Amino acid sequence: MATIQELERIASQIRRDVIRQTHFVASGHPGASLGCADFFTALYFEIMDHDPKFNMDAKNEDVFFLSNGHISPVWYSTLARSGYFPVEELATFRKINARLQGHPATHEGLPGIRVASGSLGQGMSVAIGVALAKKMDGDKKLVFALTGDGELQEGQNWEAIMFAAHNKIDNLIVTVDYNGQQIDGSNEDVLSLGDLPAKWAAFGWYVIHMRGNDMGNVVATLNEAKQRTRQGKPVVIIMQTDMGFGVDFMVGTHKWHGKAPDDSSNRTSTGAVGGNTGRLSLSLRWCHAPLSQCRYINLSSTIFYNQF
Amino acid sequence: MLDKLTFTEKKATRDGFGAGIYELGKTNPNVIALTADLAASLQLANFIKDFPERFIQVGIAEANMIGISAGLTIGGKIPFATTFANFATGRVYDQIRQSVAYSHKNVKICASHAGLTLGEDGATHQILEDLGMMKMLPGFTVINPCDAEQTRLATLAIAEHYGPVYLRFGRPSWPVFTAPFQFQIGKGILMNEGADISIIATGHLMWHAVEAAKILATEGINCELINIHTIKPLDEELILDSVSKTKCVVTAEEHQMLGGLGGSIAQLLARKLPTPMEMVAVQDSFGESGQPQELLDKYGLGVKDVVAAVKRALARK
Ligand SMILES: Cc1ncc(C[n+]2csc(CCOP(=O)(O)OP(=O)(O)O)c2C)c(N)n1
Ligand SMILES: [Mg+2]
Repeated sequence: MATIQELERIASQIRRDVIRQTHFVASGHPGASLGCADFFTALYFEIMDHDPKFNMDAKNEDVFFLSNGHISPVWYSTLARSGYFPVEELATFRKINARLQGHPATHEGLPGIRVASGSLGQGMSVAIGVALAKKMDGDKKLVFALTGDGELQEGQNWEAIMFAAHNKIDNLIVTVDYNGQQIDGSNEDVLSLGDLPAKWAAFGWYVIHMRGNDMGNVVATLNEAKQRTRQGKPVVIIMQTDMGFGVDFMVGTHKWHGKAPDDSSNRTSTGAVGGNTGRLSLSLRWCHAPLSQCRYINLSSTIFYNQF
Repeated sequence: MLDKLTFTEKKATRDGFGAGIYELGKTNPNVIALTADLAASLQLANFIKDFPERFIQVGIAEANMIGISAGLTIGGKIPFATTFANFATGRVYDQIRQSVAYSHKNVKICASHAGLTLGEDGATHQILEDLGMMKMLPGFTVINPCDAEQTRLATLAIAEHYGPVYLRFGRPSWPVFTAPFQFQIGKGILMNEGADISIIATGHLMWHAVEAAKILATEGINCELINIHTIKPLDEELILDSVSKTKCVVTAEEHQMLGGLGGSIAQLLARKLPTPMEMVAVQDSFGESGQPQELLDKYGLGVKDVVAAVKRALARK
């Protein structure tokens, strides 16, 4: 069991990785990756029973599916940091001949990925399929999935939501990244989700709220969600996050949904990361030096990262 | 004539679409623009600013967008449904097939970020099958312009044309070189006359065909260059005229070989004028993340690949 402080420290590292990956290739989606870093950290370092040796079949282990595949940077960092593949490979993100595709893919054999995503609205259905298979096999482990909030505008989600309740898929925990933002603006401006928790509840799901950028709350809520499984209803966590959380000039706007920080954003973020663990210091310009010389400095812990 | 095929600026073909739809906003009150949370990528900013009442944001819900577009046509509106090419075709194929194609509705499906040149987002977004899917739908017109100017003209032209249209364009900055040429739906463009071989290209690969022809000219090989922007209906007359003269063909496109322009031309020639032919196209594979030019090279769509294909075709003459 990791302490909340340890988890916060890992989440900070993952946030640095997100910025590094996207800055390095001047593309990718930092916004919601930063917002979801606490969730990913808790899931892979505390909540899920999973095996980084990676077996596609996922027998007798918990599995996770990312439906909003554009936030691949946070997933890749989490997978690397929890031992699925070498951390140095993060430097190949979005480059030609790499396993770290812009959107998660199985095609190049990256450990940790079990289905491609990127075209929105499909991941929950796949997660339901795995959850059904686990039930058929008497496998007691759980299936987790993450979806964006804007992504819920895709009708397929609601087909999946209806199916999961009807079929009592109660070994499934879906989390919604409820950051209120999407590409063309806020959910409210683009296409309102209305009373989202009430909608899930009306479809027959057990609904839990979570403060997604408060590690203590994330861990407690995910544990509560686990308690709620196997009671005849699928479980959904409405996870309130801030897009760009942890980097002051990115926080709370959709502008960084799919835009990488460039050298004009070379500055030190003062945004506190994960409560009181300290600051995320970014010196992006250094990334033009050979990778081995690139480093991030965590001011609070004075740890020097000379690799990813 | 070859040296007239030059460019002074580069622009994305989607910029040409943005300019075209904005002009239509001013001139045609029936034109409605729709998007599925990709207004900026589709260059709709000016249209939205000046014609907000004719802009419809449907959210991330492409199937709904196609259905709404079909409905809008009843009574005379001309909906331009816009999103990335993958989500504009494969994602909503049955909605297009039933509500638009089979029902013969005047919907313009306008799709950006087609093909490998989308770049870093990778294979999930790099559709290479869209021309095939869309050309198979009875009654559909399918257009794949080769630069920003041609895309602008195509955007204007499809508003005047009654019937369902798929207009495909892309993301990268690309040479703008078609200013001297007119645009007419269904009419290919003879860009350069040559006696030795016909290179028939569409979309971004047209520029590679031009560059290849310039290289080949230095080796004494005179290429006839034909631009086919309208994949369907195909300008059979222009193609047959050229091929009956040159007696060998290379096609070039940013698409799977199966189902692309090359396939259409092969079917035409097999029926009417069997001719040695080589195809520059993606060979039954998905793309991947990377920079546009790197990807074109890796997947065999570079200038050198066009040159090599010409030599193979000539050897079979
Ligand atoms: C089917 C489909 N349509 C459109 C897109 C383009 N797209 C990528 S991310 C995105 C916005 C997603 O919003 P949300 O789920 O809220 O994610 P966030 O912006 O919060 O990361 C869109 C429209 C896509 N990837 N797939
Ligand atoms: Mg969102």
